[in-house]
Amino acid sequence: MQITSPSFKDNARQAMADADLQRALGNVEKGFINKRAKAVAKLPEFEDLRDSARDIKNHTLAHLDLYLEHYEKKVTEAGGKVHWAADAEEARKIILDICKSVDAKRITKGKSMISEEIALNAALEASGHEVSETDLGEYIIQLRGEHPSHIIAPAIHVNKDQVEADFRRVHDKLPPERNLEAPESLLAEARGILREKFLSADVGITGANFLVAETGSSIIVTNEGNGDLTQILPRVHIVTASLEKIVPTLEDVSQILRVLARSATGQEFSVYTTLSTGPKRAEDPDGPEEYHVVLLDNGRSSMIGTEFQDMLRCIRCGACMNHCPVYHSIGGHAYGWVYPGPMGSVLTPSLIGVDKGGQLPNASTFCGRCESVCPMRIPLPKMMRHWREREFERHLSPATTRWGLSAWAYAAKRPKLYKMITRLGAMALNLASRNKGALRWWPLAGGWTKYRDLPAPQGKTFQQMWAEQKKAARS
Amino acid sequence: MSSRETILATIRRSLHASPGDRTRAASVASRLADAPAGVIPARGQLPDDKRIKLFAKMLEDVSATVERLADAGDLPERLADFLKSHNLPPQIVCGEDELLAGLPWKKAKTLDVKTGRADGTETAGLSHAFGGVAETGTLMLLSGPANPTTVNFLPDTHVVVIRAEDIGSDYESVFARLREAYGKGNMPRTVNLITGASRSADIEQTLLLGAHGPRRLHVMIVG
Ligand code: SF4
Repeated sequence: MQITSPSFKDNARQAMADADLQRALGNVEKGFINKRAKAVAKLPEFEDLRDSARDIKNHTLAHLDLYLEHYEKKVTEAGGKVHWAADAEEARKIILDICKSVDAKRITKGKSMISEEIALNAALEASGHEVSETDLGEYIIQLRGEHPSHIIAPAIHVNKDQVEADFRRVHDKLPPERNLEAPESLLAEARGILREKFLSADVGITGANFLVAETGSSIIVTNEGNGDLTQILPRVHIVTASLEKIVPTLEDVSQILRVLARSATGQEFSVYTTLSTGPKRAEDPDGPEEYHVVLLDNGRSSMIGTEFQDMLRCIRCGACMNHCPVYHSIGGHAYGWVYPGPMGSVLTPSLIGVDKGGQLPNASTFCGRCESVCPMRIPLPKMMRHWREREFERHLSPATTRWGLSAWAYAAKRPKLYKMITRLGAMALNLASRNKGALRWWPLAGGWTKYRDLPAPQGKTFQQMWAEQKKAARS
Repeated sequence: MSSRETILATIRRSLHASPGDRTRAASVASRLADAPAGVIPARGQLPDDKRIKLFAKMLEDVSATVERLADAGDLPERLADFLKSHNLPPQIVCGEDELLAGLPWKKAKTLDVKTGRADGTETAGLSHAFGGVAETGTLMLLSGPANPTTVNFLPDTHVVVIRAEDIGSDYESVFARLREAYGKGNMPRTVNLITGASRSADIEQTLLLGAHGPRRLHVMIVG
């Protein structure tokens, strides 16, 4: 897909002016925040489970090479094959070769962010395969020629009337006078159309929420059941997964599963959690004859040992974006690549480079809600700050930021000058806001005031208050 | 170098780890061997009867229906009644499961029982669950000739039979039984943890039942 992250600011401006999108974004808060809070409140051990989940992933990452080797051994013993892909191109080639080797015509797909990351659909279609996304949200955006705008609710930016219009346009063999007003009828129509695809597919491609080293199993977590039909009906099952998806044992994955659904959709447990190990056994009446796992690195191995290693604990639950005020106002597409919201702001520069993704870590108000809900306790704001520092060091930030900071550094090292400037500044800002407490514009601060009001400083400067406090304490 | 070697070498370099480091290897080996349990919620840790009640309640909370039978011999008739009460044809598909095969099917004369995998033409499927988890009302089903996985997903209605004594408190206890049955580190091709009927909220976050899998999940607890 085309990367538009460098024009993040323009994307954001357009998103805020898009009435359909703004209407759809109202569903983010409605759909997720209360449900998560209720599910969390019902489980007294939730916070302990977060610690446990974090510790499991930290241990796994510290021994990642060894767990991957054991995992591969177990997959092979079960009759499957692990393919290691250093980057997106290699992953695409492996998958295209497998599809070619079995002369695949129809391919069904379960939801997979890795598939988005390696731009798999375009490659498969270019080689003449018919590709059908089967998750309802993914199906909707495939019809619209779009990409997911949310990692667990890919079509959250689309309204029901838009879905209806797309179905009428694409399903043109169905009677035009049919009633599609109720969302139930849209679901039933998609179900009918996709049923046929499931039953006639040659290859099924799914993602993986987890890979279990102990057993060589891949795990998918879904609510629709599309991922299961994708993997049990065709002759070949291909799993696309990035290498940090590994967990040591079934006990470990049980810990993390307990925080996943609650953080994601506010369910106690998702409807279908499926563990797949190898191809079907000789006596099995159903299941795939071939089982392949494409293990993608794409820059992750180099994140280990850096200040971004913690990001590899991410289980893609979506809670950080569900609770993010920036995501609420601009949606996912503005982030310009595969991963939106706070997790995307941290991960994208790691995966596509700070030159292309370096704008994203600025998409934060540092309110800290993302970190407070992240089940894996990933310090997202801290990592966004790391990126900002790096961006500054690399002299990629706009000239005003650089000059502004150098001037500030000059003054900050000279206390008398600093005191004078801050006092004058506070007075000036207060005057300019006409004592209303907020400013819509201020010289050199356009980057801030274009998107939000700048609160005018109230009362005294920090140094004045500090001096007064000290005096009060002495007396 | 192959990508496999490059990736593993990059990880080792990033971790400052040497391939022959015995402490790291020992730490991995012991975790894989011992599979230590973490935090187990108190919710499911209940005596038999209460645990079964919690299991049923959790399932009902996710729009499944549950009935309890004292005697497995009543199952065919009760199943026929269930299908009839939902205006479903008296047909069912199921695998070669021993428990199911041993039921007195003659008692439900009108019921047509087809054995084998599902192919998408059947209206209702019947499975025997390997275990249940009271904590969240979750069923565990294992693939194989006894209970083909297609039965769990293709028919519109899924009926699952479970023995009361197979309902555990938590996932860990049911996984432990699975390990005993298949040997440590071995798994059937597919293990399905099922908690409710298929659903989607992809259209404006409105929850709808019956996405791609069964619209209806009915659980019959025996014993
Ligand atoms: S960063 Fe945390 S909250 Fe965000 S998707 Fe990943 S695990 Fe979920």
